[in-house]
Amino acid sequence: MLTHLLYPLPPSSLSRQVDDYTSGSDSDYTKYWIDWFLGTKGNEYFCEVDEEYILDRFNLTGLNTEVQYYSQALDLITDNLDENMDEEMRDIVEKSARHLYGLIHARFIITTHGLTKMLEKFKKCDFGRCPRVLCHNHPLLPVALSDVPYTKSVKLFCCRCEDIYNPKSTRHASIDGAYFGCSFPHMLFQVYPQLVPPKSTDRYVPRIFGFKLHDVAKQHRYQDMIREESHARIMAGIEGLPTTAATGAQTSSRDGQQNHKINKAAEGNATVATESGAMADVN
Amino acid sequence: MSAHDLQQQQQQQQQVRDMRAADDVEEEEEEEEEEEDEQLQGEYAGDEYYGSDVSNESGTESMPWIAWFCSLGGHQYFAEVADDFVEDDFNLTGLNSIVPFYKEALEMILDLEPEEDSPKVPDVSIVEASAEQLYGLIHQRFIVTRQGLQQMADKYQAGHFGSCPRTYCQSTNVVPCGRYDLPGVETVKLYCPNCQDIYSPPSSRYHNLDGAYFGTTFAHMLFHIYPELVPNISNKIYTPAIYGFKISEYSRCGPRMQWLRNKQDPAALDASGRLIKDAKDNDEDDSK
Repeated sequence: MLTHLLYPLPPSSLSRQVDDYTSGSDSDYTKYWIDWFLGTKGNEYFCEVDEEYILDRFNLTGLNTEVQYYSQALDLITDNLDENMDEEMRDIVEKSARHLYGLIHARFIITTHGLTKMLEKFKKCDFGRCPRVLCHNHPLLPVALSDVPYTKSVKLFCCRCEDIYNPKSTRHASIDGAYFGCSFPHMLFQVYPQLVPPKSTDRYVPRIFGFKLHDVAKQHRYQDMIREESHARIMAGIEGLPTTAATGAQTSSRDGQQNHKINKAAEGNATVATESGAMADVN
Repeated sequence: MSAHDLQQQQQQQQQVRDMRAADDVEEEEEEEEEEEDEQLQGEYAGDEYYGSDVSNESGTESMPWIAWFCSLGGHQYFAEVADDFVEDDFNLTGLNSIVPFYKEALEMILDLEPEEDSPKVPDVSIVEASAEQLYGLIHQRFIVTRQGLQQMADKYQAGHFGSCPRTYCQSTNVVPCGRYDLPGVETVKLYCPNCQDIYSPPSSRYHNLDGAYFGTTFAHMLFHIYPELVPNISNKIYTPAIYGFKISEYSRCGPRMQWLRNKQDPAALDASGRLIKDAKDNDEDDSK
């Protein structure tokens, strides 16, 4: 590990803020552990956690049992670590600090401020784009399959096809999913529902010499049926809710139900309102 | 070859290049370095080959063009088309109207010496581009033959085409596939036999490879002829949740695309796409 060589640690006596004010000429940002960490290759998915958030011990509740050398790691993150530490120990603390930062990060990104920071990164496509051809390069968001550290690596969620993908690069694929959490992308869309893209009913149709395949076509009809059923269910459910949407939504949902019955007997894709239509009605 | 065809060819290549530029490639530097290395090697190998061809006309120490072409960086998806397939004119029907400098390109592919009375070719790089396109289009036809399918099945099993990026496909192997059979429309995509969907290749080196070189038919023909290659992975659909609570369907941002990954065994479905056991229940209800 060369990490301790890559960034000069500030004098132990000076806290980050004090340092900011005292050494105006020295504007080398890499001296801050967080800046160094974020600038390191492979950490592009992380955003900067606010210092105030880290310094509020309430936000770190329970993490001391999760992380070894918790207090030293926290000191390192906040640039307060004692310089006079032997290298072996520093490597261990360094590792702990990265783990601790990840776990704080998972909590921070579902706060209001964290969400705005991640939103900026989402808009810049820092997490990559959906590999699915029919999603037309829609930006992705990191998501975990488990909130427990050291269980599953980070995955990428596409809000267009609502599926999860493995990161392209092995460096990103080895990041612990717990540093982002299972809830993050869905929380983001709850807070910013206008970001949800219109859902499309496009799907890839395999063909041999231009002819559709019987088995696949059957499955597609089944999928269409599922889609209509869920659409009808959603519309019926919204009707029953106290905050009923406009009357237009009600009538269209009744139509949808009738259509659905007819379609069940006949074939699937006749007159189905698209999913985006459904969403517009919901709103 | 008329100037018009040449122009068309250049336009097509420009299109492919544009497509490549449009694909906002976010590659890791490491991967790019690796790619560059491979491309350099490929180019070097090419120079060496053409150089030796000029100096040593017997060409015994050089690779055949097809083997060389398939060994280039970014050409790992290609199978080596058998010489007798290329030599049979019937297999090439119609290609002379698509590919400019068809005759010269074919000679290059088959490592034939150009005839002495043949008209002068303005630039060898144009013929190289034609040869690549011609090879690609022959390749499209070859890989749906018995021999071609066998070769591609071996490549598939060896994992030469990469794996599906979808998490629940558990890195199952994918096969190259085009969405159009005519060159210059779209780059190559990867078809996953498990989720039956198509994905962009992860590495930018494939973002300038034309999808027509693999064609629309091949991927499905492969799994039709070799049904044992279809992976058997349990069907899992991602369920979005916040703090472990599923997001309601009635939410504005609730799940709307679950149908897309809903897969059923075709044997369990009737022709109209209903589950056979459901259909039976309905019939019984009707009879009552």
